[in-house]
Amino acid sequence: MDLTYTPAQQAFRTEVRDWLGAHVPKEPLASFDTKEGFEAHREWEHVLNDGGYAMVPWPVEYGGRGANLLEWLIFEEEYYRAGAPKRVNQNGIFLLGPTIMEYGTPDQKARFLPKMAASEEVWAQGWSEPNAGSDMANIQATAIRDGDHYVINGQKTWASRGAYADWLFGMFRTDPESERHRGLTFVLVPLDLPGVTVRPIAQLDGLPGFAEVFLDDVRVPVENRLGDEGKGWQVAMATAGFERGLMLRSPARFQETARRLIDLYRDHAAEAAPGVREAVVDCWSQAEAYTLETYRTVSRLLAGAKIGSEASLNKIFWSELDLRMHEIALQILEERGQLLPGAPAAGDVGSWLDGYLFALSGPIYAGTNEIQRNIIAERILGMPRA
Amino acid sequence: MNFDFTEDQRLLQETVRGFLEGECTPEAIRALWETDTGRSSALWKQLAEVGLAGLLVPESQEGMGLGETDFVLLCEETGRVGLAEPVVSTAAVAAPLLRDLGGELAERWLKPLAVGEAIVAVGHPWSPFVDDAHVADLLLLFRDGELHALQPSDATLEAQPANDPARRIAKVSWQPSAETRVAEGARAAELEAVSLDRGALACAAQLLGACDRLINEAVDYTSQRQQFGVPIGSFQAVKHMLANVKVKLEYARPLVYRAAASVAEGHPQRGVHVSMAKVAATEAAEVGTRQALQAHGAIGYTWEQDLHIWMRRSWTLAQSFGLSRRHRERMAEFALGDAAPIGAGGTFGG
Ligand SMILES: Cc1cc2nc3c(=O)[nH]c(=O)nc-3n(C[C@H](O)[C@H](O)[C@H](O)COP(=O)(O)OP(=O)(O)OC[C@H]3O[C@@H](n4cnc5c(N)ncnc54)[C@H](O)[C@@H]3O)c2cc1C
Repeated sequence: MDLTYTPAQQAFRTEVRDWLGAHVPKEPLASFDTKEGFEAHREWEHVLNDGGYAMVPWPVEYGGRGANLLEWLIFEEEYYRAGAPKRVNQNGIFLLGPTIMEYGTPDQKARFLPKMAASEEVWAQGWSEPNAGSDMANIQATAIRDGDHYVINGQKTWASRGAYADWLFGMFRTDPESERHRGLTFVLVPLDLPGVTVRPIAQLDGLPGFAEVFLDDVRVPVENRLGDEGKGWQVAMATAGFERGLMLRSPARFQETARRLIDLYRDHAAEAAPGVREAVVDCWSQAEAYTLETYRTVSRLLAGAKIGSEASLNKIFWSELDLRMHEIALQILEERGQLLPGAPAAGDVGSWLDGYLFALSGPIYAGTNEIQRNIIAERILGMPRA
Repeated sequence: MNFDFTEDQRLLQETVRGFLEGECTPEAIRALWETDTGRSSALWKQLAEVGLAGLLVPESQEGMGLGETDFVLLCEETGRVGLAEPVVSTAAVAAPLLRDLGGELAERWLKPLAVGEAIVAVGHPWSPFVDDAHVADLLLLFRDGELHALQPSDATLEAQPANDPARRIAKVSWQPSAETRVAEGARAAELEAVSLDRGALACAAQLLGACDRLINEAVDYTSQRQQFGVPIGSFQAVKHMLANVKVKLEYARPLVYRAAASVAEGHPQRGVHVSMAKVAATEAAEVGTRQALQAHGAIGYTWEQDLHIWMRRSWTLAQSFGLSRRHRERMAEFALGDAAPIGAGGTFGG
């Protein structure tokens, strides 16, 4: 056990910190769930990419700098510390990217990864369907082979960033006779093809954060298939693991929320309700625990281990912690907790309300926490199946 | 940066686990409850042979000369079986205290301690009781900022029967004097602080083990027990209850391991790290006792069933070396103070 950074790791941190200090926009960008904000975020991603920071753990040829996972953690810490914008292409870089790295052909890697790193192509994730939410194996949308194309029909829903994205990835039934996990294939679909209709859906904050996507005889070349035909479920499980686990939910995000919560508490300590102080301190400690556990996982990964169902422990922990931190913040803000940040009396309300509304979705997306508990009980604890 | 244990550390853990599982069965624990001392000097000797008693004792004194990062996994194992022997008081606290103290006292006691022939109890200001004083060959007692050493025959012990039949604690009355005093001033204060942290760390590690055991007992039981024609463990309400405990346990773990490294290295934030570990491990085990009991139904609420061995041990450990209230206060002082490196990048002082 060695809980210190090497000089090279320190130097990398300093380099990242300096670069971000010089480049992070001074004013926060508008939400990427608005047209204007989306473009502003895409612009920022170009800046990141030009600096060589779009996706540091990726190989250089795909727009990365070949950093190892520890350096990636350091990068993330600096990124959140600098208050840099949310990643508009997170479905691409954190979820699809690693999946292509694992299952893609050399041509697919060369075709998709650099444009993804540069956010020239922003991705939406298309698993959910009206009757396939938690029961993801119930997917009905079909992709039927016709020569060197798949002809896609069906409906996807709740696709985050779907309102403005360029591409969608998801699973489709290539064998119409098949059931459940079998006969599914992972396909990459451009959203500007004939037959695609995107209907933005406003989320709890009123902005079109996700969309339903109707696919009507959409013709996609066979090269857009990721992994083998009929093996989509295995490929998708890798993506889902990335989503619950390490890549999307950087501990730095929760550490920064904890830091802001402590600041907020300090400003209101005199009038805070009993118990709030302990709750704030516990949140900070839990954010630390999450960080430590991530470092532990990374240490194991670097030594050759693989993560499996543990990602479900992760998912529950960060989503509940995030929600709890925002609930406590609103408790500290008392009546002002209902105000939008721009309200005349808002003061330091800042983005706590927005953050709260977003945190509420944490226990739902990426597989609901109930589904994660089932996985923990059955696959980690070995309890009997129903 | 490498937040992982070595092969050797894991190997030692497995050896100790194998030994404890063989020796320290629920039947053996129950048998000890019925004895006068509640302790088995034969078992303690055997534990010394696998290295447990003298793990932190220098090799020159027949110990293993290892540190808390090695010890933490073993403490966890002793918690998993609910071992009653004086691991916390003698092996985790007294041994390094004597080592740090050096001099005649260390010369006289470290070797017998390491080979399992002497038990040393430590009295400290976070508890009105002294653990294992009734079997101690030497008492090390912190009082009013000084450290005193005395023979048990020079003190009066008033036994305090406790909720956990394995726990043997006493009120100790004695007369401090210049003769008994072995440290004072800043040196005594530092020894006291580090002793409290070592004790709290060892308790936290045992709590991890106890919590893991509680989950496993509940998983085993609910996989066997049938109601409505199926194992109750197939009901989602039961699954989710235990899954929640598992989440708490797995996120207490890194805090405990980090605290061990901080104690071993004398990290400037050692105390805060230990407090974070103790609070999180206590909470995991507290939820663990409640949910494991619930999962067992009435059978778990009996003396006959073994579940309460680990329930009682969890409560005992929660109440040893600082209640959560005290540890939360240390955490608050740090986190809410100005100098703390709070936020992203602050965990390892980046
Ligand atoms: C903000 C947000 C962003 C999202 N982004 C995307 C995206 O980009 N792409 C995408 O494909 N999807 C996305 N989703 C959809 C998300 O993956 C689903 O909402 C989720 O999988 C749950 O499915 P559902 O909404 O159909 O709920 P249901 O499956 O109908 O579940 C409703 C409730 O029943 C419970 N439940 C269901 N089955 C079980 C069971 N077996 N055991 C116990 N409880 C059960 C659930 O836990 C939940 O509480 C997003 C959702 C949100 C909120």
